[in-house]
Amino acid sequence: MSDRALAVVRPGALTTVQDLGRPGHAHLGVPRSGALDVPAAALVNRLVGNQPAAAVLETTLDGCAVRPRATVTVAVGGAPCPVSVDGRPAPWGAPFRVPGGALLDIGAARSGVRAYVAVSGGVAVESVLGSRSTDLLSGLGPPPLTAGAVLPLGRPVGAPARVDLVPQPAPPAELVLRVTLGPREDWFTARAVRTFTTRAYRVSSASNRIGLRTEGPALERALSGELPSEGMVLGAVQVPPDGHPVVFLADHPTTGGYPVLAVVRPADLPAAAQAAPGTPVRFVAVRHR
Amino acid sequence: MTVRALPVGDRALLVELDSGEAAQALHAELLRRRAAGALTVREIVPAARTVLLDGLDEPGRLAAELPGWEVPPVATRTQEAIEIPVRYDGPDLPDVAALWGVPETEVARIHSAADFRVAFCGFAPGFGYLTGLPPAYDVPRRPTPRTAVPAGSVALAGPYTGVYPRASPGGWQLIGTTDVVLWDHTRVPASLLSPGARVRLVPVTGRGDGAVGPS
Repeated sequence: MSDRALAVVRPGALTTVQDLGRPGHAHLGVPRSGALDVPAAALVNRLVGNQPAAAVLETTLDGCAVRPRATVTVAVGGAPCPVSVDGRPAPWGAPFRVPGGALLDIGAARSGVRAYVAVSGGVAVESVLGSRSTDLLSGLGPPPLTAGAVLPLGRPVGAPARVDLVPQPAPPAELVLRVTLGPREDWFTARAVRTFTTRAYRVSSASNRIGLRTEGPALERALSGELPSEGMVLGAVQVPPDGHPVVFLADHPTTGGYPVLAVVRPADLPAAAQAAPGTPVRFVAVRHR
Repeated sequence: MTVRALPVGDRALLVELDSGEAAQALHAELLRRRAAGALTVREIVPAARTVLLDGLDEPGRLAAELPGWEVPPVATRTQEAIEIPVRYDGPDLPDVAALWGVPETEVARIHSAADFRVAFCGFAPGFGYLTGLPPAYDVPRRPTPRTAVPAGSVALAGPYTGVYPRASPGGWQLIGTTDVVLWDHTRVPASLLSPGARVRLVPVTGRGDGAVGPS
């Protein structure tokens, strides 16, 4: 067989197809979705000669295994992990060839959470509203990978990058998130705001593509009651009634009724995507630009 | 117009108004300005009493300008309405009739007499929060949400009417059913309803009795 496709052998805990997402449809209730660690996805695409908008695989903690039906160029980045082709070690963070029919195995993350796997030509599943991303909140896009599924690949458009190894940021030992306070800071007591910006939190194991959940001191409200639904942005720190801050990631709902205490700087969100459960988190207040 | 523009991060503004009507009017004005090329923004997301503008280059400048804008009220009854045929056969019809203090048979008449407008979308792709029912007919959510509400269910909560685009859990009061497809990603536009659209619910009886949904 020499058709351009990937057969899924081991889907892993959660492996999804991701690209740059589908921003611009929030007014219809459509989340933006897309790769959580955007720089890692962009890097592996560049390494195999893909355009930045090509779709890649995003794994969660334990990797995945796929069998390309044609010879392809592959690059793996994001969370550091062992990579092998038919049982022989292959590089991480650099492009390599996988012969048609060989087994490409992405092992469990040594640190971090999400590995990104780019294949020359990109994953070419059906596009929905301009994106091939799996959106776990709304169900748009392809379902998460399952054993036996076959993913079509596009035609390669560029040559792989000529590099030995490119530096990538290490997953954070401590996740420091710079935040601007508001828009609903006034829904919290002054003490809660101080607690939020000075105390230590940890990444909760209940985190997912919708939000990075945290464990730590609960934040006390100054106002009770419900906030009428309002629009939500990527990086919004929403505080549900249990008082534990949730940082909205790519599959976040477009509107919500819990007050947003602060918003994380977009540049700090890729690190949030790689912060494993238990990682210490600090929120540092910065001024609006 | 009382306008409060709250910064949301460094690239967004949450514009808060004193009523849902004012939010709808500002939303319409923002769409006009964007269409005219006078406003560059990635997302304009209206909600109950706010409009979120995400992806602005200079949110501070817009925040300063907004209070000086002349915003006309939304034009009512001039825009063509999207018609949705509804069978008033929901399981919560008796509870809603009791809450309204009317016989069950009156619910369809009262509800379908309203001139609805999509105030905003959210919850799921294509789910519109429709306003237009007089405030006397506000109802609470169900005390216990259902784990599965069928697609096409017409439902009430607070001041809103909504139609479930697909099966999902939900706590709204179910009063009817429609066969109209609210969301189809292979269709252009994918969503039947978008914020600002005018909607009429047309009572029908039985399945496939000739009522035609918008194509």
